[in-house]
Amino acid sequence: MLKGGAFAAVLTLTAALGTSGAADTADIAAGEKIFSKCKGCHQIGEGAKHRIGPHLNGLFGRKAASHDGFKYSKSLTRLGNSGLEWHADTLDAYIENPRALASGTRMSFRGIKDAQERTQLIAYLRTFSDNPANIPEADPTATGTDHDLDPEILAIVGDPEYGEYLSSECTTCHQTDGGDDGIPSIVFWPEEDFVVAMHAYKNKQRAHPVMQMMAGRLSNDEIAALAAYFATIEE
Amino acid sequence: MTLNRRSFIGTTVAAGAALSAPMAIGQGKPRVIVVGGGAGGATAARYIAKDSKGAIDVVLIEPTRTYYTCFFSNLYLGGFKEMDELGHSYGNLAAAGVNVVHDWATGVDRDAKTVSLAGGATLAYDKLILSPGIDFVDGAVEGWDLAAQNAMPHAYKGGSQTELLKAQIMAMPEGGTFAMVAPPNPYRCPPGPYERVSMVAHYLKANNPTAKIIVADPKGKFSKMGLFQEGWGNHYAGMIDWIGADFGGGNVSVDPAAMTVTIDGEETKVDVCNVIPAMKAGRIAELAGVTDGNWAPVNAADMSTKADADIYVLGDASQQGDMPKSGFSANSQAKVCAMAVRGALTGSKVFPAKFSNTCWSLIDTNDGVKVGATYEATDEKIAKVDGFISQTGEDSATRKATYEESEGWYAGITSDMFG
Repeated sequence: MLKGGAFAAVLTLTAALGTSGAADTADIAAGEKIFSKCKGCHQIGEGAKHRIGPHLNGLFGRKAASHDGFKYSKSLTRLGNSGLEWHADTLDAYIENPRALASGTRMSFRGIKDAQERTQLIAYLRTFSDNPANIPEADPTATGTDHDLDPEILAIVGDPEYGEYLSSECTTCHQTDGGDDGIPSIVFWPEEDFVVAMHAYKNKQRAHPVMQMMAGRLSNDEIAALAAYFATIEE
Repeated sequence: MTLNRRSFIGTTVAAGAALSAPMAIGQGKPRVIVVGGGAGGATAARYIAKDSKGAIDVVLIEPTRTYYTCFFSNLYLGGFKEMDELGHSYGNLAAAGVNVVHDWATGVDRDAKTVSLAGGATLAYDKLILSPGIDFVDGAVEGWDLAAQNAMPHAYKGGSQTELLKAQIMAMPEGGTFAMVAPPNPYRCPPGPYERVSMVAHYLKANNPTAKIIVADPKGKFSKMGLFQEGWGNHYAGMIDWIGADFGGGNVSVDPAAMTVTIDGEETKVDVCNVIPAMKAGRIAELAGVTDGNWAPVNAADMSTKADADIYVLGDASQQGDMPKSGFSANSQAKVCAMAVRGALTGSKVFPAKFSNTCWSLIDTNDGVKVGATYEATDEKIAKVDGFISQTGEDSATRKATYEESEGWYAGITSDMFG
């Protein structure tokens, strides 16, 4: 199943890992725990799909921002077009400080400062790319939608026009261009994830007091309307 | 960086010359004039222009070319922000179709539905939105008037006054005294004076640690009082003397020439005196005849004034009910107003009004706190629905996240205002 290009990438990776310390199984296990920081947005393993972030299977050796059907930031797309590929070294830099590598990235993540933790996480991510061939079972909880929201609520079709008006209340803090200095980006989320997150605030499962208050008075229809609007907002 | 008199005059002349154009182009299209380019006015102008897609002629009248936000100006005093970071131009609004006129609005003729400008022009409107912010009540603090604002700055409008106050703080002699005369309710930014005390204390602790801060306050309690007092004890023990109403804090007079403050009969020589007098609606609201007392009463559903259905007042100048006077509130009200004005002029859909506010304050490095609430329109007023406040004794990670969130909010609201 290895193709020529991927194989070449693997060789590159092996060389890169050789310089930063070889990954062992302890690293992979530790990395799996660290991946919990990523799970809110990224899926990995069998059946993984794009959520708020793209799925991370087959990441190694891939050109940055190269999944069809995922809406990347201009910043990351530009980097991919100018030759950025994901290997241990580039991932290490990106995970350490995403915005340092791609200033306009939509990845609302502060980064991991600890070099060992990054090595462990990368070792874990590595197991979901080709070779080694024995890809472990995907973590069954590795999903952005670990919730028990009523399917009827999820099925509500939102009115984007109403959502646009309601969104003006969000944009006092959240930037429509996807900027995320201290306050996360909320544009281009899959509608389902948006609805789940808002209901988690409304039901006080998510902790943030401002968001609990804002979501607390939104009806199911209003949350659906906002999700519909923010999923389609133009840059 | 700061506007001086010369650039102001230049601005006025240029605006006067430019005015004939919009009047000619605007024929046949409904026109909205927005007076004041701050959190209320800039937001309203931007949203009406953006959402009406050219169907409404939007004119924004604002004397300054660079707007310095009053919110976050305390962080400049504390050394956390540069003045440049607080300055915003109107270039993006102009590019988005707002006709930005740099001039002073000097009068409103409600019968003719016109606004007159200092540059000499007269502009007709279909709807007029006033968002002039605050002015100060004459004689509110004995011994102080606007002529004394260089000796004893208010620094309660962003820009040059803030810079002046900072320069005075930096020039304080070792072990000197900073005094603040705090305002009575209601006033712009309820936690503002106390965040300012925190930021001045932060600066002095690092640069002039034996200096003292005295606050004369006509109120017995203030916004986030428990949080501020806890923070002052934690970070600035022994430096801040807050004298509330119960201890004569409201019985105060100042002498700008002698640089003295007299609190409840006791005179103190001070090095810096920040006088924040009682406030009222910005003057144009009064000139338009839509004020009652110090503020302009408005209808909660659309921010139209009780006095004139075609004039709207946003933000600090309005008397609307339960919302605090804040940039966040003005921005929130502006969006409700923009939707209502568009609906009235073009028949676009009008949804029920929703309002919200959150105020963040910084007590010391990475020690941020916040208070906020949501509101709805009732027949009588904008009424509070639900709210929250930071808790005393929160861990440092929470406080740091709160501060970082406030920076995110600043980036968010300024891009929401100015595009």
